[in-house]
Order: sequence, then C-alpha cells, then structure tokens
Amino acid sequence: MVVAVAEESRGADHARPWIEQAKSSYWQLVDTEHRLEDLYNLVNVPQAVWIDEDGRIVRPPETAGSTDHFRRMDLKTKTMSAEDQAERLAAREAYLDAVRAWVTTGKHALPASSARMNLPKVTPAIAEARTRFRLGVWLRVNGRAAEGDLQMAEASRLHPESWSLWRQAADLDEVGKASGPEFWKRVQALGDRPYYPAPKL
Amino acid sequence: MATILTPTDQFDVATRDGLWMSASDAERVTGWTLKPEGMCRAEACVPMPASAVKRTEVDVEAFWTKLGGPVVASEARDVWALGASPDERNATLEGLQAPDFTLPDIDGTSRTLSQLRGKKVFLATWASW
Repeated sequence: MVVAVAEESRGADHARPWIEQAKSSYWQLVDTEHRLEDLYNLVNVPQAVWIDEDGRIVRPPETAGSTDHFRRMDLKTKTMSAEDQAERLAAREAYLDAVRAWVTTGKHALPASSARMNLPKVTPAIAEARTRFRLGVWLRVNGRAAEGDLQMAEASRLHPESWSLWRQAADLDEVGKASGPEFWKRVQALGDRPYYPAPKL
Repeated sequence: MATILTPTDQFDVATRDGLWMSASDAERVTGWTLKPEGMCRAEACVPMPASAVKRTEVDVEAFWTKLGGPVVASEARDVWALGASPDERNATLEGLQAPDFTLPDIDGTSRTLSQLRGKKVFLATWASW
C-alpha cells in the first residue's frame, strides 16, 4: 500500500490538482503542519520510509527516487542534458524496482541494527526548529503572517539541513519562491554535498 | 487565555504569568497528571520543583522544559507551542515501530497509518513547491 503525503501548509486545495491528476487508488493525505516530518525526522521531499506488515520500519527515511541531476540543468532554459535526463530516469526506475522487489520478495528490507544505524538523529535544535515551524504555520493561518515568518526563519536557522522547512516557508511567502534565485543560491552553497542523498540500495 | 499547540492538538486555556494553569488544564494539554510525587503519566512520575507547583496550579512551561521538550511563544505570549523532546523522538524511532499518525485526505476523511497493519506500507512525501 502506498501512502502519499503532501507536505502542504497552504492546505488541501493547493495540493488538490496534483492529487486529482494522479487518480490514485492509494491514500493521498495532506499534512499542513508537516507533522510527518516531525515524527519521522524528514528533511526534504520526496522522502520515503518502508514499513513492514507488523508496522516496523525496515528502511529509514531516504530519498524516494529523485537525484541531483537537476543541479546541472541550464537555468535559462530549465532543461537538463539528454544524458542527465536518461540517468535520472534510470535512477528513479531502479528505486521503484527496489520497492517492487521488497513488496514481492522482501528484498532490500534492512535488519533492525542497520535500520537503526541509518536513522537521522533528532537534536535539541531540530526539535526547537519544528516547534517554531508549527507555531509559524499557526500564526500565518490566523492572519499573523509577519510574526509567522519570523518563527519560520528562526526554524530554518536552527535546522539548516531541512529543505522542507525553508522551501515551505518560501512558498508561503510567495508561490514560486521555493524554487527561485534564493533556492538556487542555497543549492550552490551545498558544494560537494548532495541535495538528494542517494539511497543505499 | 492562551492558545497552546502540542505536536498533534490545539487548546485554549486560562493561563497566567506564562503557562501557569490549573492542574486539570495541565493534564488536558500534556496528558500528565499532578500528584503528590510530581507530574505522572501511567507508571512514570517526574518530580516537580516547589517553584513550579502552587496548590492546584502547575507551571507547564517549567514542566515541559524539564521533560526536555522545546517551549516557544509568540511575541505577545498569547500563542505557545510545546514540541516533542528530541530524546522521545529518537527513542521512538530507534524502537523501529513506525510512529502512528492520523491525517486527512483532500476530502477531509481521516486516515490512520495503523489501519494498514498487515500490509507493507511505502510511506512517501511530496510537495507542490
């Protein structure tokens, strides 16, 4: 069973066009407060967690099929080279194949010790960042945007590794800002570090 | 009166001097009950310093901080958020039992992860932004 969760502080109606277009038979849920990111310590989209029949995590949060090829795209034309597009597609297919293999044979499920070892740790700064983000969303929803933005900015300062916190705040400020010039500046500042760490399959 | 946000809920509570409130409101907000031995939930009790309890009132900011959870407030201190402590989050994740949650779909129908027990679940996030 697929459970797809939209991290969408603008609310269900903002996610609706994508969800309706997907025409999925699985659950499509809307998470305005990024609760899932708090519970599972997520930092970006798309990320996935694999959960077995007993409700146990068998693969901790990891990038779900996306790659860093977008970082090499031509920013003027917003296009990727044919080679990068092909590699990107192949990586996505490989990931989906792995998901299918897990469903049918159990392959790629990690033993408990490795699943545990690969969990990202929640630090006091991350916990405070998520709390400030929650307050920021509430303030925005209740007509106190400037105050909410201050809380969200502090959240991003406390947890700079979270792309979701920063990009959601940017999107609430203005649709499109989450992938605007400031986003690209942040991506470039990563240097050799990945934006989408590849899953270790 | 203050609005208090917890990781999953929202409460409007009569407060004074920050997050001082009646023990019954403290229980409603935190799930912990004031007893002679401290704030208690199931078998666990957290001893409270004398400065954080006055007769039937509790300083929830002091209590939550003692639990290790973040406490943040709006500038006017009329809206507060109590976050989960990092130790609690880490312990839950390290137990590897997938944290349960309930979220709505676009039509407002609530769905709970644990309803899917018995099936493999590929839990994935996405965003429009």
